[in-house]
Amino acid sequence: MSERKRTETRMVPYPSGSFVPERDLGAQPVLECSHLGIEFGGLKAVEDFNIVMGPTEIGGLIGPNGAGKTTIFNLLTKVYQPTHGSILLQGRDLNPLTTVEVNRLGIARTFQNIRLFTNMTVEENVRIGLHNQIPCGMFSGILRLPAYFSAEKKQHEKAMELLSIFDMTGLADVKAGSLPYGAQRRLEIVRALATAPKLLLLDEPAAGMNPHETEELMENIIRIRDQFRIAILLIEHDMKLVMGICEDICVLNFGRIIAKGTPEQIQNNPVVIEAYLGKQRSEAGAEKEEKA
Amino acid sequence: MKRNSKFVSNLITYGIVIAAWLICSFWMGNGMSSSLKAMLVPICCYVVLAISLNLTVGISGELSLGHAGFMAIGAFTGAILSTWIIAAFPEMNKDLVLTLAVVGGGVTTMIAGALIGIPVLRLRGDYLAIVTLAFGEIIRNILNMFYFSLDGSRLFGSFGNPNIPGKMIYNGAMGIKGVKMLAHFNAGVLLILFALAVVLNLINSRSGRAIMATRDNRIAAESVGINITKYKMMAFVTSAALAGMAGALYANNFYSIQSSKFNVDTSIQILVFVVMGGIGNMRGTVIATTLLYLLPELLRDFSQYRMLIYAIMLILVMVLGNNPLLRNLWMNINPFRKPLKRRAKADE
Repeated sequence: MSERKRTETRMVPYPSGSFVPERDLGAQPVLECSHLGIEFGGLKAVEDFNIVMGPTEIGGLIGPNGAGKTTIFNLLTKVYQPTHGSILLQGRDLNPLTTVEVNRLGIARTFQNIRLFTNMTVEENVRIGLHNQIPCGMFSGILRLPAYFSAEKKQHEKAMELLSIFDMTGLADVKAGSLPYGAQRRLEIVRALATAPKLLLLDEPAAGMNPHETEELMENIIRIRDQFRIAILLIEHDMKLVMGICEDICVLNFGRIIAKGTPEQIQNNPVVIEAYLGKQRSEAGAEKEEKA
Repeated sequence: MKRNSKFVSNLITYGIVIAAWLICSFWMGNGMSSSLKAMLVPICCYVVLAISLNLTVGISGELSLGHAGFMAIGAFTGAILSTWIIAAFPEMNKDLVLTLAVVGGGVTTMIAGALIGIPVLRLRGDYLAIVTLAFGEIIRNILNMFYFSLDGSRLFGSFGNPNIPGKMIYNGAMGIKGVKMLAHFNAGVLLILFALAVVLNLINSRSGRAIMATRDNRIAAESVGINITKYKMMAFVTSAALAGMAGALYANNFYSIQSSKFNVDTSIQILVFVVMGGIGNMRGTVIATTLLYLLPELLRDFSQYRMLIYAIMLILVMVLGNNPLLRNLWMNINPFRKPLKRRAKADE
């Protein structure tokens, strides 16, 4: 199912040398980065990063370890202040904003090393994600005004609705820290979705998942995109997932983009094969035999 | 189901306080010793102080060592207010005067807490603890510079200048004298119930979850759009206000009180109550404070060893409480233990 969905999309060129899905062409891109870069005391961790994402695009960010993929996520969410370039979220400049404001504007993320509120229940984790969606003041909370009860009820219903995406409603009262690894990753995605993002950043969502779970995750990512109409940018080392669902892939090496394109283009790009993907075993074997 | 169990747990906490109140009220009419009677209001004050400190230390996760400073602000504001109100409106109901004094102490301390919170909450961990310790001492020293006097029903105040007209009520480092001892046990219990209600309701609300999220994982909390400074401030200011109210009640229980009472020792003592009762555990805090406040009186002969015993107990609780071997042992001998999750899963 996932395979079919992706091959339906045709990528069309966008003015600044990027590609967006054909269906997103008329709409304003959700994310535009131009010449984005950050230096840590002379070390150029990310340099001249350009990307355009359509409002319903699934993009992939791949590259060897230390290439600067997570740093880009940290730049997009303003954990780091970029030293060069600009980030536009639906045309709005994110440069002067803080992490919290960026989240309110519509960028949500998950983390490579899972960051859940481990001592709280699964439902409470999602409710914290709903923080800015269903507000309720401190005083109505302390004085238990009717506003408190209606907000609590709304939060509960919304949290359950979100948890049902991953069939996790049965785990609502379990402590987040005692969940298995795969479920923790899914919960983190739910928590990010609870903040009603326009762009969802997933940092290695399939890490530590078995092939079956990864398969399910792929379907769920596409379902989330279709249901919430959001753009998703993901970092992943599992090539099956990346090639299976990403419409547009960006390959990084040493902080620079070395290739951009559709999965087919990336798979056949000699630069990418050299830097990251490696040769397929049969090819490599054949070469060895030739040498021998 | 989860929320129901929390609700029941909170009811038990309120129930324990009300039961203790009933027992003590009955006992007071039937031969409670006068030394114990004199301790009832201070116990209530320390319970409220410990609950409020547990909000900062346990729920918000910031180690504050200056809680006695907030208590001092509340105490002097409360005592001056009650003295002045009685002088100005002699006809007023005494409980109303006490309520006004306690509320006034709370509001003043709330403002002070907000002012102190702005610089202090920029720090984290050990640095925050050190700075709160310093602020506790700074508050105490600043309070030594104030002078208040009553001329008939008019209140005069000055900073650093003892030459003000009328009868001196608050004389700098000499402290306050002639307080009308309005506090009584029932008021103390009411204040405990109020503090418990504020803290427990806050914890189980959207704001409380945001405070705990900030404590558990700062980066994740920011990533879901929680304004960290706002919620740390909320916990800190609420905690300060409750401490101020407890201080006001405390001051109204004594004829005279000096600022030297509110030194680091008092701050540490409140922290000991919180740690012994369980960090983040309000019911435990109430029980531990009561017992630890009574113990030195019951063991009066060993009173000089009190701080020594505190230190040893504190270390034992911190070291043994986290020992997995002892935890397992406790799990096995505890008759009220909850079944282990793993075991429950295996049964399925």
